This record gives sequence, C-alpha cells and structure tokens, in this order.
Amino acid sequence: MQYLLMIYANEAAFAQATPEQGKAMTEAYAKFTQDIVKSGHLKGGDRLKPSNTATTIRRGDGKTLMSDGPFAETREQLGGYYIIEAKDLDEATMIAEKIPLTSGAVEVRPIDSMARQY
Amino acid sequence: MDALIDHKAIEAVYRNEAGRVLATLIRLVGDFELAEEGAQEAFEAALDRWPKIGVPGNPRAWLVNTGRHKAIDRLRRRINLRGKLKAVAAEAAIELQGEPAVADFAESEEIADDRLRLIFTCCHPALAMETRVALTLRVVCGLPTPAVASVLLVSEEAMAQRLVRAKAKIREAGIPYQVPDRALLAERLAGVLAVVYLVFTEGYAPSVGDGAVRPELCEEAIRLARLIDQLLPGQPEVLGLLSLMLLHSARLDGRRDGAGELLLLEEQDRGRWDRARIAEGAALVERALADSSAIGPYGVQAAIAALHAQAPSFAETDWPQIAGLYQVLLRLQPSPVVELNAAAALSMAEGPMRALSLVDALAARGELPNYAPLPAARADLLQRLGRIEEAAAAYSDAIGLVRHAAERRLLMRRLASLF
Repeated sequence: MQYLLMIYANEAAFAQATPEQGKAMTEAYAKFTQDIVKSGHLKGGDRLKPSNTATTIRRGDGKTLMSDGPFAETREQLGGYYIIEAKDLDEATMIAEKIPLTSGAVEVRPIDSMARQY
Repeated sequence: MDALIDHKAIEAVYRNEAGRVLATLIRLVGDFELAEEGAQEAFEAALDRWPKIGVPGNPRAWLVNTGRHKAIDRLRRRINLRGKLKAVAAEAAIELQGEPAVADFAESEEIADDRLRLIFTCCHPALAMETRVALTLRVVCGLPTPAVASVLLVSEEAMAQRLVRAKAKIREAGIPYQVPDRALLAERLAGVLAVVYLVFTEGYAPSVGDGAVRPELCEEAIRLARLIDQLLPGQPEVLGLLSLMLLHSARLDGRRDGAGELLLLEEQDRGRWDRARIAEGAALVERALADSSAIGPYGVQAAIAALHAQAPSFAETDWPQIAGLYQVLLRLQPSPVVELNAAAALSMAEGPMRALSLVDALAARGELPNYAPLPAARADLLQRLGRIEEAAAAYSDAIGLVRHAAERRLLMRRLASLF
C-alpha cells in the first residue's frame, strides 16, 4: 500500500532556528530520505515553502473564491510530505516515527490507489 | 437422532466456535466485514443443514469452509454488480489460499494465532480507545451489537455505525491482521491489556450511568485475560492483570450491604468474599512477580490487592508492605492518582500526619481538579487527626464533586458520622 506522510510543524519556531540548527535539520532529513530510498520505501516527497506562500481556491454555491493563505489557520502548518510504499499501517507508522521532527505531528494517510486516474 | 438437533443445540455449538471461526475466516478472506458476513451465513446454513445431515464431525471446519465459500459467493455477486477490479483481485487471493485441510482445524497453533491476531487488530492504537473496547467486545467476545451499545451507553444505531467505520478503517488504512513482532509486542500488549482493564473497570466501577455494578462485564474481561494468557503464555503483565481482576471481583459482593449501599473496606463482611477466587488470584501474583526484572504495574497492583484480600481483618492488614508496594508502583507508573493511594496507604502504616502533608501538596499542585477521591481522602485524614471542622468541609467538597448516587450517599454517611 502507499501512504502519504504529511509533516506538520510550527513554522514560526522553524524560522527562528539558528543556521546551525537549520543545517542539522537539513542533514537529518537528508539522512532519513536516503535511508528510505535504500530500503525501497520512498515513492516521492518534498519540503514545501512556508504557508504564507499558499493560495486557496474555495468553491461552493457555484462560486469560486481565491484567497491568500492556507485553507485553515492552525498552530502547526503542513511543511512537507513523503509518499511511501509500506506493507501495512504498522510499517508506515514505523517509518513516520523516524522522521526527524523535534516538535509537531505527522499524519499518515493511506493513498486510494484504486481511484488513480493515470 | 437428527431430528433432535434443534436450533438451541446448533446455537450452542456456534457460540462456542464463533470466535475461532471468525478469526480464521478473517485471515482466509482478508476482510473483516466479508468474514463476518460469511460467518453469519455459515451459521444460517448450519441451522438449515445440520438438522438434515447431523452435526458434522468437525463443526469448526464445516463452519469455516462454508463461511469461506459464502464469502467467495458474496465477492462474485459484488463483481457481477459492479465489476470491480478490487473484488476480482480479492477473490484471486482467496482462491490462491486454497481449501484448508480439515486437519488444520484441530486446536492448532494456527487457530490460536488467528484469535491472537484478531485481538491485536481490535486493540490497535490507530483506533480510538472507545472503538477498541467496542470492537473487542463485539468481535473477540462475540457480544451482539445491542449489548455492546448498552455497555458503552450509546444507541444501537450509533454503535452499529461506529463498528462499521472501525472495520472500514482497518481495511482502508491497512491495519495489519497480525501479532506484532518483537519490537512492538510489549507496547502493543500493554495496549491490549489497557482495553481489557477498561472493560473490567466499566463493570466494577462504571464511569457512566447510575454507577450500578455490572458483574457480567467483569467476567467478560476476566475471560478475555484468560484467553490472552492461554494464547500468549507466561507474560508477567497478563498474569498480573488477570490476578488483579480476580482479586477485585472476588470482593465485589462484599462492597455493598443488604440494601445495596456501598461499604468502606473496614465495614465489609470478609465472609462474603470469594475465597476460591482470592486463592487463584494470589497464586497468579506469585507467577506475575516471579521475574524481578519484568515486574509491571498490573503485577504490583495485584500484589496490593492480594494483601488486602488475604488480610484477616482491616486492622490486621499488612499496611507497611502495601505502602512499600505503592512506592514501587509510583516508580513504575507515576501519576497523581497513584500518589493519592500511596498517601492513603502510608497513613495506615505510620499515621495520618505525613500522609496529610502529601495529600495537601498534591492538592496544591492542582493536578487532580474535580477528583472527588482527593477531598474524600483529605477528609478521612483530618477526621483521624481530630480536625472535625476541616474534615466536614473536605467531605462537603467531595460530595459536591462525586458523580454516582451511591458514592454520594456513602460520603454523606461519613460526614454525618463526624458529629
């Protein structure tokens, strides 16, 4: 099965990190990514630019509205994601637990491959 | 005589086998709901066929094979209706498993493993705690949905929906149907035991409703713990929990007087305690604590319960040892509630003075707001110190917080006894 791992963390805290902390974090993520490439679990993933770069399109009542910012204001913001292949939820959560996140949350969602249109 | 095989007899066979049949079917068909439907249809088929052909020599094998065929039929109908690729793939998977040999259906390791897998799936941490309890009662214990609904005090409809959603999550999110490997086993087993203990405490001291004891839930939890011990033998915390529940349930009858009013431990008639259960529980504690490197919180709580249960009277209870065990428990499982109990035990071992300062410190930290046992314990200590006015105020605080009517009446009785 494939799972989407959505990484939520506090951007404000992240922005205040020292250059050393930033470097250490980048290295930790690079190592984690290499590990799941080697183990064959990685299908894709990237870091996202901060949520103040987000644009939201909202549709309803036959109208479309464009607005500045993420679709929901939350204390922690979606900052990156991985797509992984795992045999079941236990394997997926074990991989998610290894994401070098110091504070925040990872949402693990199964991908509905039956609905894939390509 | 075949004609004598009535509905009741078949139902008895089914009730005995249902858990095992369902657990094995889930493995064979790889889908919770499909397996449940298959098991249900197999039972209906048994009601129809067994009066004609007699009860098969191996009813479990018959039920599993019939259930498996019914599940395949259901998949075929789904394919015809919707032409879904997924269903074809699922059927191919079942067919590949092939017809299980009848020999597979003895009390084999495979069957035992199926039941254990099912327990771990139902208690998976990716499900909400209430859902774990509901699924375990429904699927592992085989309680009908209306009974599970009444245990958790929700409507039958809400419970049926919750169960459907839970099974959908198991299927769609890929919650595995397996006994966790070594790396996860201890943590997951602790999660399973938490579900079992929650079922027990909902029977022993219900958190919802009028607070009336439900012994049948206690028995269900004990049955579950016995099953887990049988499937996964020698786990100290399984033994500890089983022992703890036996020791608590042995005293269940003595907790109330003839009018159904709650009694304090020192007021209980120890002649009403179930001695056979206490003996069984006490023997299990020894095994739970045999390996000093693997002592867990349930084992320690069971040891405390065993000392209470085996004491000839309240006064002759081994309070110093109980107070010592609470210190062990505090190290294993630090929590304000354990601290409060530890202080109460300490007061019995060495008098109320130091215990009161511990309870006051606990209250000052504000970690147990609105927790009636805290002011109730303070009131007791103050009463024993002769500080009657303060004791009365603390009992009033406790009475204002307590939820169940029977507990409130007990506190009112204690308040009245002050003057």
